[in-house]
Amino acid sequence: MNQTGMKETWGTRLGVILAVTGSAVGLGNFLRFPGLAAKYDGGAFMIPYFIAFLLLGLPIAWTEWAMGRYGGRYGYNSSPGIFRVLWRNRAAPYVGVLAMVVPVMIYMYYVYIEAWCLAYAVRYLFGAMGFENPQQFREFFAKFTGIEEDGAAWAIEGQGVLGSGVFFLVLCFVLNFVLIYRGLSKGIEWFCSWAMPALLVCAVIVLIRVLTLGTPDPQRPELNVLDGLGYMWNPATERLGFLESLRKPEMWMEAAGQIFFSLSVGFGIIITYASYLKSDDDIALSGLTACAGNEFCEVALGGLMIVPAAFVFFGHETLQASESTFALGFVTLPNVFGKLPAGGDLIGFLFFFLLFLAAVTSSLSMLQPAIALLEEGLGLRRRASVAMLGFITAVGSAFVVYFSKDLAALDTIDFWVGTFGIYVLALFQVILFGWILGVDRGFEELDRGAEIRVPRIFKFIIKYVSPAYLLAVFLAWAYQSLFAPPAGKPSRLQAIVENRTVQLSIGMILLVSALFALLIAQSVQRWRATERAAGGDKP
Amino acid sequence: MTLGGWIAMLLSVGGVTALLGWCIYKVLATPESTQHLHSQADITTPDILDERSP
Repeated sequence: MNQTGMKETWGTRLGVILAVTGSAVGLGNFLRFPGLAAKYDGGAFMIPYFIAFLLLGLPIAWTEWAMGRYGGRYGYNSSPGIFRVLWRNRAAPYVGVLAMVVPVMIYMYYVYIEAWCLAYAVRYLFGAMGFENPQQFREFFAKFTGIEEDGAAWAIEGQGVLGSGVFFLVLCFVLNFVLIYRGLSKGIEWFCSWAMPALLVCAVIVLIRVLTLGTPDPQRPELNVLDGLGYMWNPATERLGFLESLRKPEMWMEAAGQIFFSLSVGFGIIITYASYLKSDDDIALSGLTACAGNEFCEVALGGLMIVPAAFVFFGHETLQASESTFALGFVTLPNVFGKLPAGGDLIGFLFFFLLFLAAVTSSLSMLQPAIALLEEGLGLRRRASVAMLGFITAVGSAFVVYFSKDLAALDTIDFWVGTFGIYVLALFQVILFGWILGVDRGFEELDRGAEIRVPRIFKFIIKYVSPAYLLAVFLAWAYQSLFAPPAGKPSRLQAIVENRTVQLSIGMILLVSALFALLIAQSVQRWRATERAAGGDKP
Repeated sequence: MTLGGWIAMLLSVGGVTALLGWCIYKVLATPESTQHLHSQADITTPDILDERSP
């Protein structure tokens, strides 16, 4: 794409669009988003979701691109180094602990879900997904992921490697690290330049089938596709009115978390990659196009097909009781493939395989922030950094696989790191950009080489609205969790006190945080020594 | 599906489709856009190039 002097054609420009939009597509669009929308009654969830996109996701994505490129000019590629450049305070690099923990710990369970996608693709290829009714698909998923008890995810009895989630996890893990170790991400990028359009074609085929499902079970006429769409999009539900359904701080927090998760904002990933750009490269239109492509896949494809289909096959009671936000797609989509008039196995294979590829591109990028820290902070070579990260993430993934009952470890890390951690990091970054770097200097950076002019209203949004919004939702969530927990399921804070797996998962998060804090402390010493040797201060 | 549901769906799906359409138009209409636009996937980090060099 960046070949100087290459004659531009419509083909190369379309290639750019596919690369930029495809880079943001991953498991968040087709699996995590529908799970959250279903959990919070669909229509009610979409309001905080879109507000979060406009007031948080898009502006913070721009701030990350701008801060990353700014830090890159001073020779830093890791978030702790870039935070130190932007904020002359001893605490600055240590906030970067979050920017390390978030991508590395999300990788620990993301690669496992990636393995589920690969396993489903291979099972379709070998014709091993021929279940007869929706319940059988649910039972298979429960056995495959070991939801019934801890340590049960190793294999399904009598199904060989096709029934072993661990086998596919090892396969994915090795594949990821070989690609990273050998620096073959460009090969994957080339592969995805045609795989991404194919994934979209598969998704459109599935969408058309979902919208023409009608009423599959005549015994239950209430389970029809129109009511499924209603479940996803009606602002008020049968149980709750419009305003009442919005009074859930955790929903607002998870909606923001989903926007961050699927746009890869608040991960420390964009900052690191932006630091490698040239100073006259566009970041404004690139950031917007990636966000737009991601939202199209998430809302127009993921939102229209998975939740309505899940409603049709299982009813809304099951939707809300789903084991994990990621589980819904794995028990719903196979039912849709089974209802295709022809080629259901082929579409099933293609869909899960292409989703697996999209996930690989995302998981590869999750390790780059930590690799950058190990290289510039400790002076390690890339391969040594990759080997060290391989060990850390292997331990973490094994932890997630072993504590499989109700997918509790996965769910706990997904909330406390994949939602809460991202949320806190995003809050810090928007304050860093708006108040410490300064919104005017920040926009100078954003405008340099930009193909579009970012509307100036975003200066006000970034400086005042985004931080106030993040703080308000956080305080409301903390108040409700501590003093007014909703009836039924224990709140996230209560679960820490009551559930042993949740306690262990929190311990794991703290352990990884401590490890990165030590690595950052070591890096700071090294940076100071380098600066002293150069006879200058940091910028 | 209520009237509110139809409105929410059409606005949401229409909104994100229009936004993506506008971005595609801008990329196609901007001269030399391929030289300046980037995604995470197309950035080869310098450390990879270092490892490859003899």
